[in-house]
Amino acid sequence: MALYREGHIAPIDDDGPVALPLAEWLQAPTQAVALANTDQFNALRTHLGRLKLIALNFPKYTDGRAYSQARLLRGRLGYRGELRATGQVLLDQLPFMLRCGFDSFESEQAGFGAALARARTLFSVVYQGAEDDRLPASLLRLKRRNASEKLAAE
Amino acid sequence: MPDTYFYRYDDFDRTLLSERVDQFRDQVRRRLSGELTEEQFKPLRLTNGLYLQLHAYMLRIAIPYGTLSTKQLRKLAEIARKYDRGYGHFTTRQNLQLNWIKLEDAPDAVAALAEVDMHAIQTSGNVIRNTTADHFAGAAADEIEDPRIWCEMIRQWSTLHPEFSFLPRKFKIAITGSPNDRAAVRVHDVGLRLWRNPEGQVGFEVIVGGGLGRTPIIGKTLREFLPKEDLLAYLEAVLRVYNRYGRRDNIYKARIKILVHELGVDKMREEVEAEFASTRDSALKLDPQTIEAITSQFAPPPLPHRPAMVGAVEALKIEDRDFALWLKSNTAPHRMAGYRIVTASLKPAGAPPGDASAAQMDGVADIADAYSWGEVRVSHEQNLVLPHVAIEDLPAVYAVLSKLGFAEANVGKITDIIACPGLDYCALANARSIPVAQSLSNHFSNLARQHDIGDLKVKISGCINACGHHHVGHIGILGVDKNGVELYQISLGGDVDFGKTSLGEIIGPAVGADEIVEAVDALVATYLERRREGERFVETYRRIGAEPFKERVYGAV
Ligand code: SF4
Repeated sequence: MALYREGHIAPIDDDGPVALPLAEWLQAPTQAVALANTDQFNALRTHLGRLKLIALNFPKYTDGRAYSQARLLRGRLGYRGELRATGQVLLDQLPFMLRCGFDSFESEQAGFGAALARARTLFSVVYQGAEDDRLPASLLRLKRRNASEKLAAE
Repeated sequence: MPDTYFYRYDDFDRTLLSERVDQFRDQVRRRLSGELTEEQFKPLRLTNGLYLQLHAYMLRIAIPYGTLSTKQLRKLAEIARKYDRGYGHFTTRQNLQLNWIKLEDAPDAVAALAEVDMHAIQTSGNVIRNTTADHFAGAAADEIEDPRIWCEMIRQWSTLHPEFSFLPRKFKIAITGSPNDRAAVRVHDVGLRLWRNPEGQVGFEVIVGGGLGRTPIIGKTLREFLPKEDLLAYLEAVLRVYNRYGRRDNIYKARIKILVHELGVDKMREEVEAEFASTRDSALKLDPQTIEAITSQFAPPPLPHRPAMVGAVEALKIEDRDFALWLKSNTAPHRMAGYRIVTASLKPAGAPPGDASAAQMDGVADIADAYSWGEVRVSHEQNLVLPHVAIEDLPAVYAVLSKLGFAEANVGKITDIIACPGLDYCALANARSIPVAQSLSNHFSNLARQHDIGDLKVKISGCINACGHHHVGHIGILGVDKNGVELYQISLGGDVDFGKTSLGEIIGPAVGADEIVEAVDALVATYLERRREGERFVETYRRIGAEPFKERVYGAV
């Protein structure tokens, strides 16, 4: 399985820690854990500072549960380490995955690295906040309106 | 003066739309070159409204909250001419379907839509679909607040939502702003009903887990009263619970109604509220300025005073019986005296329900420009609506609609039939639905008779997926297949109007295609004999039960 990370068109070497399935990991917590998309992960809460890699799985690319897991890990639990998408990962999912906080990807699809390089620029406007710190159109409109009102007042 | 009285796209909306067109064009190119397999391409084309049907691709175009400007309607006509066979089909979800699209043309068709701020985004696939609303929104006399404001907020929030683009199954939301629910909110994945609480605040009743299909269920109240500013935060909580826990092992059990059913509504509420506790005070909370900015775009047109009593209209009523009937069934009270809401019936005798030719679309656009502030609505009954017509102008509007073939005085009557595409187009169908609708429509074409029969909703589906909403028809007709023969099952007593949602009950064995008209005739005859003064068909049925109807049908067939 080829591993991709933003900033690299070609696959990178996987020289990080090996992610253990949650049940195994709970016995002896290491720096990397692999979650099934049905796993509850409150148990990770106290270990977040130590974790360097969390791998989330897409058994089929149409199974979107890991998107919610990613957002909860990033947004709710404040996890800042590597968040990897594994399983059936296709390039057309990238804009969504990046917005949910994934930053590394296992994929066999041809052209994946090139797609990754473009994925953040496919859409210059977003309608909702997510885990990528982009401002939704509604907030940008508000800012623009307030700025023009301020200008008018001056 | 603004050119429309509903949401106007700005540079943000247009940029996103054109980038989506580019992305889709690239996806189609990769499919045509073989880079993408059909299996990989399918979810991608579906989330841009492209279905593979029996004979060709079908493109389903979103008409957010069923509201169209005349410029948009003319563009739809142009697209139907250029990329289809010159007509389109308005659906029960206020969308427009073109049935003869070529895959290689699809990117150009959606690019043409984008020219008038339209799209086909999320009109199919396992995503949050186009939010529907009362087709009389902003005009109805009984309205508390215009639901389209909130549909627009949901449109933006749900479009290309990164977390909810691969849900267990499709997700449909409907909103009503009137106590007389015209949006069928109890049979949607989420239904929202605006109401004023005893403290005088307007908010939403949130209903969850309703739906038709193979397992028809009436939605349950998840929250009595949700403050308006919390709408998106609450919906995000509902969707997150559904995305994580909705079933994915069986396509027929994947809708949120099954999750609600299996968890129980109390447990569902607990889960949603727990999630909502975290999303409530996030950036999803709607800023008063944002609400105000969108609300102001739905400000109604500045309707001038027009007379409520018009001599010429009264005279024509006496002179022309069909006009009098049309006034009664095809126009509804407007919130302004001197105006009516006009429904253009897309169900002339013997025609396929909901179809309009490009010329007819252009014709309706001309009428709306002249008489209805350039605005047209699509109703979930598959008709078109002119929301703001002065009573003085009604004779003129009637005359031009008659020329187009859209002035049949049958709105809400037995020939105002809802029918799914059925076996003529749909790969899943057991039986044809459109020809059944056509024979019923021909048989009951006499207008005076239809008005005597009164309000009667006939809904026809070609299979148990229930796209024709047969469960909620006063008379529901369902196509079934028995050893290769097309048969029709009849149910009675379904309803979605006036907050009285109920599901129909099957009255007996299915009947053949050649017997269905006779059977419906028998049902109608039973009603006419047994009805009390002022009682509608469905009310008589509720009072006397199914027995007398059954006897008549199975005696007659
Ligand atoms: S009800 Fe069945 S036949 Fe009719 S459109 Fe839906 S899937 Fe097709």
